[in-house]
Amino acid sequence: MLANEYAPDDMRFTQTPFGRRRELTERIAKSIFFLMAVAMIIPLVAIVGYLVLRAWPSLSLEFVLDVPRKGMTQGGIWPAFVGTVYLVVISLAVSAPIGVMAAVYLNEYAKDNWLNRTINLAVINLAGVPSIVHALFGLGAFVYAARFGYSILSASLTLAIMTLPVIIASTREALASVPMSFREACWNVGATRWQTIRAIVLPNSISGILTGVILQVSRAAGETAPIMFTGAVFFKAIERGNLFAYSLNEQCMALSMHLYTLTTQVPNVEDSIPYATAVVLLGSVLVVNATAIAFRVWLRARKKW
Amino acid sequence: MRLSYGSREVLHGISFDVYENEIFAVIGPAQSGKTSLLRCINRTIDSVANAKVSGTIRVDGQNVRKIGHSFFRRLAGKRPPRFSDVFELRRAVGMVAPLPVGLPLSIYDNVAFAPRASGLTRRADLDTIVEECLRQAALWDEVKDRLHSLGTKLSGGQQQRLTIARALSHRPEVLCLDEFSIAIDPVTTMRIEDVLKELRSEITILLVTNLTQQARRLADRTMFLWNGDIVELDSNEVIFSDNPKDRRTYEYVNGIFG
Repeated sequence: MLANEYAPDDMRFTQTPFGRRRELTERIAKSIFFLMAVAMIIPLVAIVGYLVLRAWPSLSLEFVLDVPRKGMTQGGIWPAFVGTVYLVVISLAVSAPIGVMAAVYLNEYAKDNWLNRTINLAVINLAGVPSIVHALFGLGAFVYAARFGYSILSASLTLAIMTLPVIIASTREALASVPMSFREACWNVGATRWQTIRAIVLPNSISGILTGVILQVSRAAGETAPIMFTGAVFFKAIERGNLFAYSLNEQCMALSMHLYTLTTQVPNVEDSIPYATAVVLLGSVLVVNATAIAFRVWLRARKKW
Repeated sequence: MRLSYGSREVLHGISFDVYENEIFAVIGPAQSGKTSLLRCINRTIDSVANAKVSGTIRVDGQNVRKIGHSFFRRLAGKRPPRFSDVFELRRAVGMVAPLPVGLPLSIYDNVAFAPRASGLTRRADLDTIVEECLRQAALWDEVKDRLHSLGTKLSGGQQQRLTIARALSHRPEVLCLDEFSIAIDPVTTMRIEDVLKELRSEITILLVTNLTQQARRLADRTMFLWNGDIVELDSNEVIFSDNPKDRRTYEYVNGIFG
């Protein structure tokens, strides 16, 4: 400002009408974008707040550890909780290694030919298939054709098929974020593709790969349709607090399914129980995601370039 | 040999020899195919999807374009040729890229990467190689106390010398330098040039450079490449004299055009 006053008249900083309009547009644009960003928080806070409020009377550790009682109208959700853990862990144990290895092939080895273009197309399309279709596929393929029956195995494999394309996509993205120049530097000194991947590419993309995989936990835990057709049941009597209650060829309960049956099929359920179930489902997913984020931050801090 | 990317031909049937233990400089303006030429020699051109090479490129008598995979040769019971696979070729042909690339590993591991990749594991041997290569790249004195800090945290010029050390670490017989000095200060450049002159007794050096004066200082022979054609290839006395065979050479070297 000071300098302005000493400037000759014709060089003094004055705002033209065009400049004023530009500044106004800039402000409006910025505030609209800001409002939209803030609006993102509102539904999240509202959902979590409402759920916790309604669930409050039932929420306790006891609720998680106890089995449902009196025709599911009282008691806890232990069988469903353990069932969900089983389904998620087994499905990711199947889809993560396959997905990561497939992505490594597609990103590091594959040349641009019709076969790899077909694989790419398949992956993209598979990611867009609705979960109910996956459910029907799982029913036909695992329950009947492979004779796994209605079981945890069938349900987990169905979930694995469902999460696979997304894991491939996120892993490829993580691999692609490692600069090409690193790979070329390795090839120049006579390293093979695998030596390059092992020494440079994987160590520097592992945080992104793991984040992609862990984010699929929430999807696998939340889906109802694929497991409803293939292995989840209305009720299953297991011991309270027993973590190893199910075996692979058994059917199981699951949180998402349990929530669905409580709200639609069971009369006279204690009011807060469905909400508490939802809070446990949401809470466990949030805990897993938060761990993933913390892990990523930790790995990022050690990033090497 | 010829090279095209898709339908665009970048090297129009050029042919030349590089002799053992000489420094051979390639000069020429941008887009004249200098870097592509080097990539053909060590076969990293393979990773460019639409690149098509034709003709023969011989390194130590073997056509590098015919190098297959040693695994299949062994299956077929064939005697291993000079280079049994491209990885062996690339170990024999050191390559220094124009932009410094410190691998996200420690300085020590950066240099020890290539020896390890070819199966060397003895700590003492690795130590010797790392020290020798870093000395040759004029980097040893600056990093000897922090060999285990990250190579990517070095300054640009240091990383470039690290790249040179890495290229020397697999004991190449031919060393290809692609604009190695663009990220380095003049003093260090001179130090490395001295090293290159010493290395000439052991290895053959292919020097691609935009600095015509560098080619003049270092090379025995110089090739002037322009738009994918050889304009002139001769000993330095001729290229940098007042009357080379081609007028364009004189003009380029003396900064009249290009």
